[in-house]
Amino acid sequence: MRERFIILFTGFAAVLLVRNLYVMLVKLPDEAAQGAIFRIIFFHVPAAWTSFLCFFAAFVCSILYLAKRNLRYDAVALATTEVGLAFAAGNLITGMIWGRIIWGIWWTWDPRLTSMLICWLLYAGYLMLRRAVEEPSQRARISAVLSIFAFVDVPIVFFSIKWWRTQHPQPVVWGGGTMDPSYWNMLFLNWVPLILLAVVLILIRLRQEEAQREIDAVRRWAHAL
Amino acid sequence: MDERNFTYMFYGFAAVWLCLAAYVVSLAAREKRLRQQLDGLRKLVEDRGEKR
Repeated sequence: MRERFIILFTGFAAVLLVRNLYVMLVKLPDEAAQGAIFRIIFFHVPAAWTSFLCFFAAFVCSILYLAKRNLRYDAVALATTEVGLAFAAGNLITGMIWGRIIWGIWWTWDPRLTSMLICWLLYAGYLMLRRAVEEPSQRARISAVLSIFAFVDVPIVFFSIKWWRTQHPQPVVWGGGTMDPSYWNMLFLNWVPLILLAVVLILIRLRQEEAQREIDAVRRWAHAL
Repeated sequence: MDERNFTYMFYGFAAVWLCLAAYVVSLAAREKRLRQQLDGLRKLVEDRGEKR
């Protein structure tokens, strides 16, 4: 069943991405002020949204793990965090490339950029912490606490452009930013394949984590023979 | 400026895919390690079975 979902979602995401790339590069005109570089927004923003969704799922699963002590929640939290981190890296790098052209600099210690970098580092720390703790239930408990703590940064990233004076453009979905409807549609249309890809990667990582736990259990049983 | 603008747009598109590709490569490496562990485990169980 899971294999079928993975194949179906991957195929659907691939078709949508090819279609979106065609529309983005051939049909949509350059933005009047920014030119071609504006199109980075079609990956930059959906990558951020996807990573936030993943971190939210990790947050919920971490709370559920602490409440129910079921290691399956810990496995889902791990898988969603890893995938969220990959998308967050994509968001940070595309932002830097856009900034190089529009601002003339790769990086600035702006509240939005800094809080997003902190978010990335917190979740990277989560993955490093997991490697440092051997005992599975202790690892799951400590990681769940860190995941809940790390999620505090996500609303800070989201609201940073409202709370502080920032160089980052105002949000187009909610806030002072505006966008032509054709750009607007593409932003959401390109989010769909990224979500599908995230689900596929989470399902694959989850399967690996379950396999790892089974292998560890059989190894313990084999040593006990 | 325009040409550079266009080139950097492609760098941006490539960056997203490189991040995801790097993660897929790490998943493939983990899959390979799992298979190796499984082979080792199979051997261990066979050895233990023979000893009994």
